[in-house]
Amino acid sequence: MTVAIEPLSVGDAPVGRPIWAAMRRPQFAFGLLVIGFWLVVIVTVDFWAPHDPLAAAGDRLLSPSSDHWFGTDTLGRDVFSRALYGARYSLPTAAGVIILTVLIGSTLGAIAGFRGGWVDSIVMRICDIVLAFPPILLAMAVAAALGPGLRNTVIALVIVWWPIYARLLRGQTLAIKNRDHIEAAVSIGVPPRRILRRHILPLAGTPVLINATMDFGQVVLLTASLSFLGLGAVPPSPEWGVMIDEGSRNFFQWWIALAPGLAILSVVLGFNFLGDSLRDFFDPRSQR
Amino acid sequence: MTSSALSNSATPAPTSEPLLEIKDLRVSFEGPHGPISAVRGVNLRVGAGEVVGIVGESGSGKSVSMLSVLGLHGPGATVEGSIKFRGRELIGAPPTVMRKIRGGKIGMIFQDPMTSLNPSLTIGRQLAEAVIVHQRCSKKEAWAKSVELLELVAMPTPEARVKAYPHELSGGMRQRVVIAMAMANDPDLLIADEPTTALDVTTQAQILEVLARIQQERDLAIALITHDLGVVAGMADKVNVMYAGRIVESAAVDDLFYRHEHPYTAGLLACLPRLDARAPLHPIGGAPPSIDDLPPGCSFQARCPHAAEACAVTDPTLEPVGTSQVACVLAPVPALHRSEVSA
Repeated sequence: MTVAIEPLSVGDAPVGRPIWAAMRRPQFAFGLLVIGFWLVVIVTVDFWAPHDPLAAAGDRLLSPSSDHWFGTDTLGRDVFSRALYGARYSLPTAAGVIILTVLIGSTLGAIAGFRGGWVDSIVMRICDIVLAFPPILLAMAVAAALGPGLRNTVIALVIVWWPIYARLLRGQTLAIKNRDHIEAAVSIGVPPRRILRRHILPLAGTPVLINATMDFGQVVLLTASLSFLGLGAVPPSPEWGVMIDEGSRNFFQWWIALAPGLAILSVVLGFNFLGDSLRDFFDPRSQR
Repeated sequence: MTSSALSNSATPAPTSEPLLEIKDLRVSFEGPHGPISAVRGVNLRVGAGEVVGIVGESGSGKSVSMLSVLGLHGPGATVEGSIKFRGRELIGAPPTVMRKIRGGKIGMIFQDPMTSLNPSLTIGRQLAEAVIVHQRCSKKEAWAKSVELLELVAMPTPEARVKAYPHELSGGMRQRVVIAMAMANDPDLLIADEPTTALDVTTQAQILEVLARIQQERDLAIALITHDLGVVAGMADKVNVMYAGRIVESAAVDDLFYRHEHPYTAGLLACLPRLDARAPLHPIGGAPPSIDDLPPGCSFQARCPHAAEACAVTDPTLEPVGTSQVACVLAPVPALHRSEVSA
């Protein structure tokens, strides 16, 4: 028996395979487990955190013990509890950045690719300008101009990040725009906006999903970096970047930076694994 | 004078005013060394309920000229001349007017049914969309209409098929869906751009049958673009033969097959295998000229077995010869009629 194999281009939904087939991969399961753990932490940490993240829980700079798994910091606060609460800062911030960049970047990119001409030129030149700066440098400049605080961090990161999605969507739109079924839709009188919304965007979504998953980890890292530099969250709050900054001032009390460091590592790794397995799932040709 | 002679063919057009009238259509594209003329002065009429075949090789301009009727030529193209649909000029018409005509008054069928449907939408949603963009109706009504449309194109089990995605259907079924989409708003004219080229022969026959039946039932006019003379013979009332961006012969279908006057038409017919005689096939020698580098005089002269000195001088225009219109300075070519008798 022969099975007809449809030529599958990037962006087409795989035929006949449900999304949870991707979960069979150990990578995907691991990523999901890690991210799931942090989500549970965000929701329930109030009920089971060993100590108050903002109040002293013991002596200053205690090394790890059974009571303080990751020791205490310069003010005697429990590092482990603070790292758990840190997820409440980093993940929502990253989620906000990703949602806004995907919305703004995708919209601008899709319009640029669809309309072409001067609209395209203007949007793409702005992208070029933004991408000409090293991302961390531009984010620092914007955050410094706006002042510290997580809301400003989100604005700074969105400004740095949207061109990536604008370019991605523009490329996708250009590729899909020339397909026969788009011309067919035009030939039955479908207006341009509806063509973009109903016939182009749904087919361009997959690479955005993959990219957004991968970028999530990067944004968590960048948020922490800005906080580390004093441009993001401000000190009493148990944000991971802030905690590493505090840890870096007490070089021999290595445990202060260890907990937030591991937290960042696990989140970045988790999202990368998720993104990788999603890409393998949606684009079988990229598999080795 | 010319226009009256055109409608004077063997089967007279039912109405005095044609549904579609193309006059001196010129389409050119921006090329690296100046504009490239793909269509060089095409005159064409399609009457209501009439099937007009447009035949030619790849690159002869047959698709481009009909795509420009709907304004579907690419953004780099320049279109000149006049395209009148029901007396209304379409060249330079505002986008909103064109959108109403596309799919509303003129339907279009594309060559490749494998790629002309959106892979991410069900058949029903695509058909319903064709209805919704032109008619004020609820989603439910549009859905019911899409089932009706599938019945129109003789799709088996239409109630089940509306929920199917394009990849679940065969090529022939998809082409039925494409026809159903084009027919969604009961248009007056259907432009069929090689509707059977991408299908295998048995499916071709079924699709042509569907087209012919719909044409009869709805008194539909069809502009049938094809390179398959067999398709034209079976369906068309009139035939226009295109070569290098021009119509070289325009005739009623029987006249074209039995009393053709242009050597190119004769060449095309000689390429067809015949069942009734053991005659060898005669391919047309050479290749079509590059449209950005046409010779002076007749564009077919280099490949024409009857070419004379006059052919290199005069660029022929369509002139009445017998009951047809022929663009050949030598017409009527006596040799053509002799070869027809001997074959």
